Amino acid sequence: MLNWQSSPLTGIGFLGMVIGGVLILGLILGIVTYLIYFERKIIGWMQLRIGPNRVGPFGLMQSIADVLKLLIKEDIVPENADRSLFLLAPIIAFVPSFMVLALIPFTATHVFTSNTQVGLLLYLALSSITILGIVLGGWASNNKYSLLGGMRSAAQMVSYEIPLGMSVIGVVLLTGSLNLNTIVVAQSRHIWYIIPQIVGFIIFMIAGLAELNRTPFDLPEAESELVAGYFTEYSGFRFAFFMLTEYVYVFALCALATTLFLGGWSGPFLPSWIWFAIKTSACIFFIFWVRATMPRIRGDQLMGFAWKVLIPVALANLIVTAGVALL
Amino acid sequence: MAEESYLARFLDTCRYGGIRLYANAFIFLLVFLVLAIALPIGALAVLGPLLRPSKPSKAKNATYESGLEPIGDARSRYNVRYYLFALMFVIFDVEIIFLYPWAVSYHTLGVFGYVEMMIFVVLLLIGLMYAWRKKVLEWM
Repeated sequence: MLNWQSSPLTGIGFLGMVIGGVLILGLILGIVTYLIYFERKIIGWMQLRIGPNRVGPFGLMQSIADVLKLLIKEDIVPENADRSLFLLAPIIAFVPSFMVLALIPFTATHVFTSNTQVGLLLYLALSSITILGIVLGGWASNNKYSLLGGMRSAAQMVSYEIPLGMSVIGVVLLTGSLNLNTIVVAQSRHIWYIIPQIVGFIIFMIAGLAELNRTPFDLPEAESELVAGYFTEYSGFRFAFFMLTEYVYVFALCALATTLFLGGWSGPFLPSWIWFAIKTSACIFFIFWVRATMPRIRGDQLMGFAWKVLIPVALANLIVTAGVALL
Repeated sequence: MAEESYLARFLDTCRYGGIRLYANAFIFLLVFLVLAIALPIGALAVLGPLLRPSKPSKAKNATYESGLEPIGDARSRYNVRYYLFALMFVIFDVEIIFLYPWAVSYHTLGVFGYVEMMIFVVLLLIGLMYAWRKKVLEWM
């Protein structure tokens, strides 16, 4: 049933795929719920506060209560909004964020991993569709803050997508494959790519933070000037889907960083999925830590940083990597 | 060693199993697509209306503008810089698309591939320098 990857597709094999998809969906909803909880808790501790502690023991039920509250909240569609696009935008933003999870090798048994030869390319291609959902949401709201937030988001995300795409070419070059499974196997046989590709890893994490619209690159949703940016007009569960998209991408990007640079599921003694969970959690913790530490950067610094610093450095890294690989 | 050979066969499904086996990967992706569409539609269009109230009013449906009456339409003109960045993005994104297949087959291409790609990269770098000098990359 679960060996659909190594045998031609049958009805039972298809059932296995659907079960796998539903399992990953359930898993990701659980992960996102507790990501939000841990983010609030960790930032609370870093700022000498307690964080959520009222709902359930240690506040563990806080995120679930928040989701239920959003579910029973009225769904307001502004009169001036472009109704159909307004309703569609959160779905367009969410769909690719979940699809990219099909490509990530979570364990050594590869049960729920799409074994395509173009996995990395598909990840980057799918994740850029989300920008469309965000711009549509901002535009359809017919709100000045939303429009500005959406435009800023688009400009920022397309600018930082280029260093993000360039930083992983070094990994592709060393492995000779875009298949994420092959990349992990190559690392488990030789060396984690964070060592030969440390510059690539740093650029990947910086550009990744900007892609996720997270501090210090959270200009598109700057609360103090744009009132949450592109989703100002969204309420209830549509707002929840934008938040869900954001946190699914936090997980997906950390999973991708683990896969590309930190050896994926490979590691001694422990089962592979535990290694994957440890490395991904470390990455996610880093992102939360940055949010607790860094201030928001200025708008004019943002674009300049992508084009004048990250892209030249990423290109230099690529040229050096290719040169060394030639020797 | 059995695990090793399984892994090798798994990674080479395309060669061993032909296109039919390779298509499984994309069918799995399609399952994810369907699930990803089903979840928001289920939550927003099926489950949502049963749970949430719907009492629209004129004030509630007005566009938010810091508590004041909204002035004019939001879809007015905005900064041309966004357009310039979009143009730059298209150029460099295409460059990345060319770099990927080059990186995959780099070991077979050798010195020839290195020199050819350097010419391409330098051409684009000249473009970036030009944009830099013309102050396209400054925000204000």
